[in-house]
Amino acid sequence: MGEVLVITSGKGGVGKTTTAANLGTGFALTGKKVALIDADIGLRNLDVVMGLENRIVYDLVDVVEGNCRLKQALIRDKRYETLYLLPAAQTRDKNAVNPEQMKKLCEELARDFDYVIIDCPAGIEQGFRNAIAGATEAIIVTTPEVSAVRDADRIIGLLESEGKSNPKLIINRIRPHMVKKGDMMDIDDIIDILAIDLLGVIPEDEYIVISTNRGEPAVTHPSSLASTAYKNIVRRLCGENVPLMSMEVRTSFLSKVKKFLKL
Amino acid sequence: MMLDLIMKLFGKESSGSKNIAKERLRLVLVHDRVNVSPQFMETLKDDMIKVISNYMEINERDMEVNLTTSKSSVALVANIPVNRMKRGPMAMK
Repeated sequence: MGEVLVITSGKGGVGKTTTAANLGTGFALTGKKVALIDADIGLRNLDVVMGLENRIVYDLVDVVEGNCRLKQALIRDKRYETLYLLPAAQTRDKNAVNPEQMKKLCEELARDFDYVIIDCPAGIEQGFRNAIAGATEAIIVTTPEVSAVRDADRIIGLLESEGKSNPKLIINRIRPHMVKKGDMMDIDDIIDILAIDLLGVIPEDEYIVISTNRGEPAVTHPSSLASTAYKNIVRRLCGENVPLMSMEVRTSFLSKVKKFLKL
Repeated sequence: MMLDLIMKLFGKESSGSKNIAKERLRLVLVHDRVNVSPQFMETLKDDMIKVISNYMEINERDMEVNLTTSKSSVALVANIPVNRMKRGPMAMK
């Protein structure tokens, strides 16, 4: 049986879809068999982040309603042999699926795949309940902002009341320069407040924008900051003990002098 | 240290807005986390009755237990009318 991971956050725009795409692709790069599910019905997005938007024939709702077989709806990524996407329906709403059906779908996929990764919609309504229903493990994405951390706290509470305890945290879009200046909450501040296990930290990285433009997840890049951070998370999820990457800000002598003169 | 002092002299105190963020977050979460379920409060009430009944007879019907929030803190406020103190080895001085 494979693992079913749900990527959730409460707040929108913190990087759930980017995280789902990169973890999925990251697992596939190590040879694991992965199914990505876009559970954001009505606001399909994971397909464009993955660069698979032109290959959609059937979607999640078609599978649930029996319009096609599961195998027909799964899009195989031609670049990575073991990576598949089950896209969300674009013309339906979240009520087209219920938690029981999602649970069944996840169980069926977990028989065939090493990892099933669900991209959860923002919010705490039906779409959220659908997305978490079949998950065996929850990963919460937040950014170092008051609003995002607050929503993450709410989500942790809701997951617990649904019997999904011990979610893991990814802190996204950390800016080491601002942390150093004391103008951004750091890893310890956030862990202190949310009191859950840290899975990884993704530094702010312009390459994410470029990779999303191209429809190639950043994790495929050999050396970008975000790519390394995502690869590390994948290794941790596979049971390896990987230390957090250094967020050390290198200040050159020149910038020090400039700073000094600006006093 | 010295740099901080100079910065202050020049009116450039490091803003450290993360501390503002942390404090605001702390307050917001204190209030968010107060929204516990009615069952939670009922269970708490039942447990309190059990303990207090060892010492005194209380009016369970008029008993009130609530979480109240002020700007910076949360308090558990209980108003428990006592009908009669229990006589027993524990109550005797």
